[in-house]
Amino acid sequence: MYSFDYQKAGSVADAAKAATGEAKLVAGGMTLIPTLKLRLAQPSKLVDLGGIRDLVGIKAEGGGVTIGAMTTHAAVAKSADVKKAIPALAVLAEGIGDPAVRNRGTIGGSVANNDPAADYPAACVALGATIVTSKRKIAADDFFKGLFETALEAGEVITAVSFPAPEKANYQKFRNPASRYALVGVFVAKTKGGVRVAVTGAGEGGVFRKKSFEAALSKSFDAGALDAVKVDAKGLNSDIHASADYRAHLIKVMAKRAVQAAR
Amino acid sequence: MPTTVSMTVNGKKVSGSVEPRTLLVQFIRETLGLTGTHVGCDTSQCGTCVVHVDGKSVKSCTMLAVQAEGSDVLTIEGLAKDGKLHPMQEAFREHHGLQCGFCTPGMVMSAVDLVKNNKNPSEHEIRDWLEGNLCRCTGYHNIVKAIAAGAKAMA
Ligand SMILES: Cc1cc2nc3c(=O)[nH]c(=O)nc-3n(C[C@H](O)[C@H](O)[C@H](O)COP(=O)(O)OP(=O)(O)OC[C@H]3O[C@@H](n4cnc5c(N)ncnc54)[C@H](O)[C@@H]3O)c2cc1C
Repeated sequence: MYSFDYQKAGSVADAAKAATGEAKLVAGGMTLIPTLKLRLAQPSKLVDLGGIRDLVGIKAEGGGVTIGAMTTHAAVAKSADVKKAIPALAVLAEGIGDPAVRNRGTIGGSVANNDPAADYPAACVALGATIVTSKRKIAADDFFKGLFETALEAGEVITAVSFPAPEKANYQKFRNPASRYALVGVFVAKTKGGVRVAVTGAGEGGVFRKKSFEAALSKSFDAGALDAVKVDAKGLNSDIHASADYRAHLIKVMAKRAVQAAR
Repeated sequence: MPTTVSMTVNGKKVSGSVEPRTLLVQFIRETLGLTGTHVGCDTSQCGTCVVHVDGKSVKSCTMLAVQAEGSDVLTIEGLAKDGKLHPMQEAFREHHGLQCGFCTPGMVMSAVDLVKNNKNPSEHEIRDWLEGNLCRCTGYHNIVKAIAAGAKAMA
């Protein structure tokens, strides 16, 4: 690692003020520290969100849940409120990495990082979540902007993610056998406003909505409704782990499983 | 710029001078001389560096020492009490849950955290929990057996 300064932020306002220029926020460090070790980043300073109590915790609100940015994956997986409102979200959190990663990694860090194979972005987009920051509220549809790109501006700190409760939802993840990240992950949510389907792991630009699936499932929320829908491999990743065609195939398989398992 | 970090390790208050980039595992091994915690992959995958921070298993190669300021840290050296192995360590010995032993400290620390969360884990739950602990020698069969026995002994 290149050397850097370190500051423990006392409040969100503190963090926002400090995280400008070449400084970087650190949450659980599960993505950032490996990146620093590889010398893929050279921040002048790390601004640690770890001491800000307000950012930790889960509130059940209006049938849904609001999860503080510094809440760990392990806490989301265990939360009775999450299990009650959106069981699929608890299962998703339980499937991230391994126990030690889940004990440190946070929802805010995962969403801010927008790894194209990360799990939370699919949940945010399919459930129509709102990303709450130190400055504003951003709809998930407008938040994820491509590979590792988000709508966040310099010095903008995610404080929470709000998820409305769906009628039914499920997440199916086909794990990369080595990294265990999603080779393809599909989150299906039947909401009051219609069916929403988000795909992670597969798209060249990161998470995306599968509108043709949404249309078919809005007519009939049944796995068979997807049989006739073609999945184009255009715009999908091709790499040593899977070809674009294979990913296209998996998107439909995972989506059908998710519809069948949705509750 | 060097800074001082203080924490409790295995029940003892310790402090030392570190750089912000010093990893918790470096502080444990190099500053404190507690070399039971290993560094295997150094890429957050293998879990030989697992210690408990404030009661939860973490990969100490993926945490900065400064992030553990004021924390309560437990390493493999802190498990045995009064010269008597912890029941999970005893179970690893009894069931031959190791070959070369390199991954063992992390395996044991992860296993102890598992039993904290799940007093009577099934074989499937044990294997699932070991997602982040790699063994390059024998495979996992005896490790899984040892953890099941250790869980019973801890009850
Ligand atoms: C072995 C391993 C396996 C993993 N497997 C998976 C997996 O299967 N699925 C998956 O989805 N993820 C996986 N991860 C990644 C994990 O989920 C990370 O926890 C997550 O991507 C980043 O969260 P963090 O809290 O550690 O963030 P950090 O690493 O601390 O930060 C990541 C980025 O987000 C920024 N950031 C952090 N918090 C905020 C905030 N509140 N506001 C604004 N910006 C912020 C930081 O500046 C940094 O750029 C894995 C990681 C490891 C090491």
